[in-house]
Amino acid sequence: MKKTIRFTLNGQAVAVKAESHQMLLEVLRDTLHLTGTKYGCGEGECGACTVLVDGASVDSCIYPVFEIEGRKVTTIEGLVGERNQLHPLQKSFVENGGIQCGFCTPGMIMSAKALLDQNPHPGPEEIRQGISGNLCRCTGYVQIVESIARVAEKESANE
Amino acid sequence: MSELQFIGKNHSRPDGPDKAAGKALYIHDLVRPGMLYGKIKFSEYAHAAIKHIDTSRAEKLPGVRAVITAYNTPEIRIGFIKDNFALKKDKVRQFRDEVAAVAAVDPETAAEAVDLIEVEYEELPGVFSPDEALRADAPLIHEFDSRGRPKKDNLVPVPWNFTAGDVEKAKQLSAVVVEDDFDTPLVQQSCMGTAGCIAEFDLMNNLLIHTKTQIPFLAQNDFNAALTAMGLKGRSTRVIVPAIGGSFGSGLDTHAYEYIAILLAYTTGKPVKIVFNRHEEFTALSPRQATRTHIIQGCDANGRLTFRDVRMVLDNGAYTSWGATTPSVMMLPISSIYRVPNVFYQTTIVYTNNTYCQAMRGYGNPQAAWAIESNMDQLAEKAGIDPYEFRMINANVPNETTPMGLNITTCGFSDCLQSVARELDWREKRGKGRSRARGVGMASLFHVGGAARVYRSDGTGVIMKLDDFGNVSISSGGIEMGQGFTAALTAATAEALGVSPDRVTVITGDTAICPWDVGTHASRGAFTACNAAILAADKARQKIFELAAEHFMARVSANLERRMKKQQGFQAPNLDAVGNPTASDFDLRQNFVFLKDRPDDPLLRVPLDELLREAHYRQQGTIIVTEAFYDPCHEMLDPKTCRGNISAAYVFGVQGAEVEVDEETGKVTVLKFAAAHDVGKVLNPQTLKGQIYGAIVQGLGYALCEEYKAHRGKNLNPNFLDYKILSAPDVDFPIHVECIETDDRQGPFGAKGVGEPGLVPTAPAIANAVYDAVGVRIKSLPITPEKVLAALRERKNKIAKEAEAAKGGSNVR
Repeated sequence: MKKTIRFTLNGQAVAVKAESHQMLLEVLRDTLHLTGTKYGCGEGECGACTVLVDGASVDSCIYPVFEIEGRKVTTIEGLVGERNQLHPLQKSFVENGGIQCGFCTPGMIMSAKALLDQNPHPGPEEIRQGISGNLCRCTGYVQIVESIARVAEKESANE
Repeated sequence: MSELQFIGKNHSRPDGPDKAAGKALYIHDLVRPGMLYGKIKFSEYAHAAIKHIDTSRAEKLPGVRAVITAYNTPEIRIGFIKDNFALKKDKVRQFRDEVAAVAAVDPETAAEAVDLIEVEYEELPGVFSPDEALRADAPLIHEFDSRGRPKKDNLVPVPWNFTAGDVEKAKQLSAVVVEDDFDTPLVQQSCMGTAGCIAEFDLMNNLLIHTKTQIPFLAQNDFNAALTAMGLKGRSTRVIVPAIGGSFGSGLDTHAYEYIAILLAYTTGKPVKIVFNRHEEFTALSPRQATRTHIIQGCDANGRLTFRDVRMVLDNGAYTSWGATTPSVMMLPISSIYRVPNVFYQTTIVYTNNTYCQAMRGYGNPQAAWAIESNMDQLAEKAGIDPYEFRMINANVPNETTPMGLNITTCGFSDCLQSVARELDWREKRGKGRSRARGVGMASLFHVGGAARVYRSDGTGVIMKLDDFGNVSISSGGIEMGQGFTAALTAATAEALGVSPDRVTVITGDTAICPWDVGTHASRGAFTACNAAILAADKARQKIFELAAEHFMARVSANLERRMKKQQGFQAPNLDAVGNPTASDFDLRQNFVFLKDRPDDPLLRVPLDELLREAHYRQQGTIIVTEAFYDPCHEMLDPKTCRGNISAAYVFGVQGAEVEVDEETGKVTVLKFAAAHDVGKVLNPQTLKGQIYGAIVQGLGYALCEEYKAHRGKNLNPNFLDYKILSAPDVDFPIHVECIETDDRQGPFGAKGVGEPGLVPTAPAIANAVYDAVGVRIKSLPITPEKVLAALRERKNKIAKEAEAAKGGSNVR
């Protein structure tokens, strides 16, 4: 049976009708047409569908949409500012070679955001742990870790 | 050539921002009006006769628009030797065989309908290894070949044999000979974005298909053949390739699911989308072939290789893809890596009831390198020579022709060996870490670097179009799949034409717009397309300079006049001294046309866009569009002798690792990884290194953990929990990559192809390091803790037995 779910999506209040068996990913992609969040496995193993729920990174493909009632959801689209201004993490991925095919990128960036929000100065080991749930087949992670480290360095420099 | 402005420098990928923002559109993200969702019913047996298919319950399900089988659709033959069918009739030969399909209004209904299809089978005895399949009494997988002639055995009729010199004589004369067997498993490409397509027809019955492919033009050809089979001869196909979430060879053939989407779209008159879920991606796409290699190599007393004898058996699975031609690439290292005068190579490809295989990044080369490079270390040890020195003694050199007829032009092999040895501190570490179970090892690679003529044409076309605003769009038949094609072509176009990279837009992946290209494979994308871009840019520059001869001075005068009006006291220079320049007097750089002999005079230059508008907006005006078709100067292999210069250039590379082995658990830990690749010329350091890092990590997966496991043809690990690819915490060691520039004359700006090589020698480098660390040689991939532990135990038992025997012996005495 369909139920109306109300939550905050990328800073705006939304209400969607959803079935109890539906996962957040499906609602984001098919109902709300936010296709930046990717389907990679549907089993919570690859991280391509990572979004933030109340600031924590979750696999939206196995996150029941009914659980989202009243919470704050941030997707990759929500990181882009006015006039297409990329978020520092998005910019860093572009500038430091953190992107190849790009399919893991949105989820990877969302995990990186959750990490930096919690720990603004992670070391390389902490960065690798922070994206341990996000698989990438193109980059070997080297330039992804660099992309995240550069943002962390810049934030330190700005403090 | 004047100093390069963009080539060799870091430039962010033009496709980066959209991908970072989640705006790039992959097949999963595309929706067409009225679109239906297709779903395939796969076989429940590895080998069985189809007795009856009941689709009636599925047809009655509300929301279902079509249910198709081989019995209500035209027969469409597919595959490299047309031994496969879009939908299977009479019998199934593998678990993934497509027996029926549905189109429905939503994915859930389609899935429900597929479950309602009932298929009655009669199971047949199956064969699940080449050994079983080659037995005289083995059941036949194909009773007839694709021409309808009865088959007597399970051999795939694609034999590969190569002979040079006299191997038997060389064996007799060699000082040292070593032989062994090496196995590789099935591995899956594991693209993050799964496969899929949307097929639709217009009212003229022309096909439009959005699909994830690396070969849009060969796919167009395949789909046109399907239209003919469907009674639509003469109708056309347009292939559009959306953003690709990784491909790694999985897009080198057309697949049954694409033809099924076409059949469903034609049946329903609606666009039909089929996208694989992860389970289907693992079970219904084609992995890299499993191989068994018997190798014998020998050398003389000075450590010079005398011969190489390689006999390989490939498990083809039930049908034949282009993967059956991977031996043509395996043959390259087998015949030509290191200088070896006598070579014998034979490959037998065998049908089984396993999943059918396909090419994957490296196209057979990783399997060949696994055997050759493991065996090189065995031979070096027996000859009493350090494996690095042994490789140096035998390394190829520039300007030599190998026994296969490969013309090696540039060759940075020795530099690569030295780089890796230096980086690993080889002399200090090799053979000295046994007490701490630490070791170093290395392995080399040889691959095509100047495209590869595996098809009649190895060409690629580009169209270069300049607009009124000085912007350039270049359409190319190549494909961006993450490797950095767009970035390379942008830089090459900017460099060759004389405009800034932000003026360049690369357009790919549309057979209606882009000129023909054989496919993005063989590490050929940047090599061929950038060469084509240089040719098209030369033509465009010639046209621009002809326009300049006509309009340049008029524009300069007009600009000077305008400036005099605006700026009081401005004195225009006397232009009489310039005279009437001709086309050959001009140059174009950084979006400005100027006189070659006055490059620094700011008053004597005209912005490109201004010149283009001047030439366009007048009576009998003109615009600039040029094209070029580049086909490298290489040749197809002679089908009888397998000789021929298959590539316009060749690449070399060496990789090495320092590892530590946990003798309690058998776990191998990489402490450091070093790679050196002869790349010709670095086009973009960032994207190039990114590609090599990524390939190394794929290669480490092949070395340490990846294996597509099956029991009697049925896949057992169709998910990322059970099929382990490396994750970020696994890559916690430094990876050093050095690019050796050899500046190849055939390459664009000197560059050679480098997309695949990064994973070719990775696994044997690890195995050789493991041997150095603990003295056990693992001969079948992946090098799992279980295998290492078993080998350590076996070694321990052997040593104990020998000690016991020695003790017993002394007692007797």
